[in-house]
Amino acid sequence: MSEEPLKVGIVCPYAWDSPGGVQFHIRDLRDALVRLGHTVSVLAPAEDDSALPDYVTSTGKPVAVKYNGSVARLNVGLRSTRRLRDWIRDGDFDVMHVHEPISPGISAVAIWAAQGPIVATWHSSMEKSRALSVGFYIAQTVMEKTRGRIAVSELARRTLVDHLGGDAVLIPNGVECSNFAAGKPFPGWPGSGGALFFLGRLDEPRKGLSILLEAMPAIAEANPDVRLLLAGPGDAAEIAERVPGDIADRLTFLGLVSEEDKANAFHSADIYIAPNTGGESFGIVLLESMASGTAVAASDLEAFRRVLDDGRAGVHFRNQDPADLARVVNGLLADPELRQELISAGRERALLYDWSRVAREIVDVYRSVRMPGEKVTEDLRRQFVGRWSRSTAKGAQS
Amino acid sequence: MSWWVWLLLALILLALFSLYLSQTAGRLDQLHRRVDAGLISLDRSLLERHTVASEVAGAQLPDPVTAEVIADAVREARRVGTADDVSRGLAESNLSQVLTMAFDDPDEISELAVGLGGDLMTDLEGATRRVQMSRRFYNDAVRACRDVRYQWLVRVFRLAGFTEWPQPFEMDDTPPPGFGVR
Repeated sequence: MSEEPLKVGIVCPYAWDSPGGVQFHIRDLRDALVRLGHTVSVLAPAEDDSALPDYVTSTGKPVAVKYNGSVARLNVGLRSTRRLRDWIRDGDFDVMHVHEPISPGISAVAIWAAQGPIVATWHSSMEKSRALSVGFYIAQTVMEKTRGRIAVSELARRTLVDHLGGDAVLIPNGVECSNFAAGKPFPGWPGSGGALFFLGRLDEPRKGLSILLEAMPAIAEANPDVRLLLAGPGDAAEIAERVPGDIADRLTFLGLVSEEDKANAFHSADIYIAPNTGGESFGIVLLESMASGTAVAASDLEAFRRVLDDGRAGVHFRNQDPADLARVVNGLLADPELRQELISAGRERALLYDWSRVAREIVDVYRSVRMPGEKVTEDLRRQFVGRWSRSTAKGAQS
Repeated sequence: MSWWVWLLLALILLALFSLYLSQTAGRLDQLHRRVDAGLISLDRSLLERHTVASEVAGAQLPDPVTAEVIADAVREARRVGTADDVSRGLAESNLSQVLTMAFDDPDEISELAVGLGGDLMTDLEGATRRVQMSRRFYNDAVRACRDVRYQWLVRVFRLAGFTEWPQPFEMDDTPPPGFGVR
């Protein structure tokens, strides 16, 4: 297809300077789009405007309010709407790409205030009640004005199809494969006795750490020098107290790690273990492990089976079954050849999800919703006062 | 109340009503743009698929016999052209099915990709994916546009003007199963 570069405006509803999946997604997407030669501007709320990268425009500081039974940090109101409208007008965008449009925040406002080639990405799946709680009017506007819709997982797509009566294409989250391939093992790791790696909140039951810990005695029996590396927030001392002393000695806690140390941790292990028991709609961490060149052993959740290509790019054990986990991990530790096979299959699989490829698919979406030469413009249909004030301001200037 | 109060009320109501009509007309205009953009993109991606598929056939991929079947499906789709949606849909569906038959095995595709066919396989994967995507967006736009055009006020006041009644495009657009299924 014709390949003239595009000017893209991306809207992020969550504070740019607080960490979160959507923010990371947008940051990596922006980097990948720039590498493909496109121009990108991001609009997002921010706690502190001074620390933002130059491609981010702030709509101001979000405020904690009670909404729909829980506390949400929102950034709506006249001031942020004015900044948003200025951004749309000055941006002269070929495409506006809005993330998580059915969240109460600037995303829905952005769709309301703009017209033209608008694309939206749904990240999370939602219950019907929540999907409809944003109100019929917002949902209708969002569905009518988004010309192209992207869902990052099959679950997120189902939300759209079942509750909002529209369709979407499935484009998964990307992985920055080269960053993970470039990791370096920590000194002394992985060693020869077998090194395992767990990543996730230590005290979140759905991450399944307790299942892995229950399996540890059986793994240690077969592999006397096995060690377990753990990364993620949570009370390490409490975990170490809970397991037998022999097992506690084998644990190394890294705490919350940076992106760079995460890659290093994958390289420090022979096997990455994902004992998650549910609530995973995708499984990006598995891909990060595969991109790092570390074999994956994961529970047989549907999302994980999909990512591991039904066991071709990693091994599965029965969900919530410590005995099966131990059996699978022992088998994999004893078979370096199988590990090598999984590693090369995993590397190839991860490339399917590399940002370079994912970003190209997203650009396909941008091009497919746009008439040649079309631009995103301000939607002034409900803005009689705004239109009037603007025309008088222009009159005063000239 | 005196007559001028009634007149004033009627005028205000009339003003509000015409405001509503003008806004709905604007909304409908945007929906028609969405449909048009979708149709342009659908046409473009179907033509792109013709081009890539005939290149693949020209390179005698995956084998000379299958290549001839692909080439024939492309010729037929080109011959049918854009005049009639139903025969067009049938011809394009036939091309989809031929491609599905030809490229159903991921292992064979990775073998082809190592040889000369690497770029062609990438192009064909992209072309078949874009057909599915643009058709999905187009039919979605048609549905949204029709929802508004069904409203009785829109019909009575002819807010859609002389624009055609949008039609969805029906075809089998399943991409060949051999291309990197995620």
